[in-house]
Amino acid sequence: MSELVTLVSAAFLVIGSFFALVASIGLLRLPDVYTRMHAASKAGTMGSCLMLIALAIHATDTGTMSRALAGVVFFLLTAPVSSHLLAKAAYAVGYRLHSSAVMDDMKPKDNA
Amino acid sequence: MISVATIFDHAVTLALAILSLSFLVTIYRIVKGPTLPDRILGLDMLVAIAIGFIAVIGIKTGYTLYVDVAIALGLVGFLATVAFARFVLSRGKTEDDILSEAREAASAARRQAKAAAKARSGSGGMDTGPAAGKTSGRQDNE
Repeated sequence: MSELVTLVSAAFLVIGSFFALVASIGLLRLPDVYTRMHAASKAGTMGSCLMLIALAIHATDTGTMSRALAGVVFFLLTAPVSSHLLAKAAYAVGYRLHSSAVMDDMKPKDNA
Repeated sequence: MISVATIFDHAVTLALAILSLSFLVTIYRIVKGPTLPDRILGLDMLVAIAIGFIAVIGIKTGYTLYVDVAIALGLVGFLATVAFARFVLSRGKTEDDILSEAREAASAARRQAKAAAKARSGSGGMDTGPAAGKTSGRQDNE
């Protein structure tokens, strides 16, 4: 039983670090700030949450486990809020989308 | 047969290596990152990777006090990103941003003109020169 717990925890660790790597590669390769945000705030959050869950599985006492899970919930709640605020601020200031973007739903209409 | 402890040790080492690699890639984006929102996003990503590091170190050493540090670091990262977003909103665009955007648009137009010229010469037309000149001229006006 304890061996199974250790194996599951190791798997969560490796999967979570791969998610973090994918997020940073997306941050490197994608063309503008909005698409980079799409990589960083989804895959990055997923990666660190998976690693905190691995810590919660691995921990033996309930105190550490509940604190790690509280960290997961907190991170899941705050990451979308902060990246949404950043995207809204960048769009309002006027950072343009990349020229390969096909759709801009927030573009102001002409028929005012 | 490999023991479970060996597998676990290798998994921890692999996770640390991958996290270090993604840390370096994110730092490259922060240093290069043409605009301020790119850099703020990179800092947000760095906080996420640091939380992952803390989780791995907590598992490796069994020193679970670091979980509290992870929660506090998440709070600080969230507040920093929100404050930076307000700063971007109140600062507006600077000349650096306009310059880098113009540079990016020029390189995109050059890439497009080159691709169009290559497609045209691939199809075997004789009028490659003037047509490519016309497309690039139109994109420069945009």
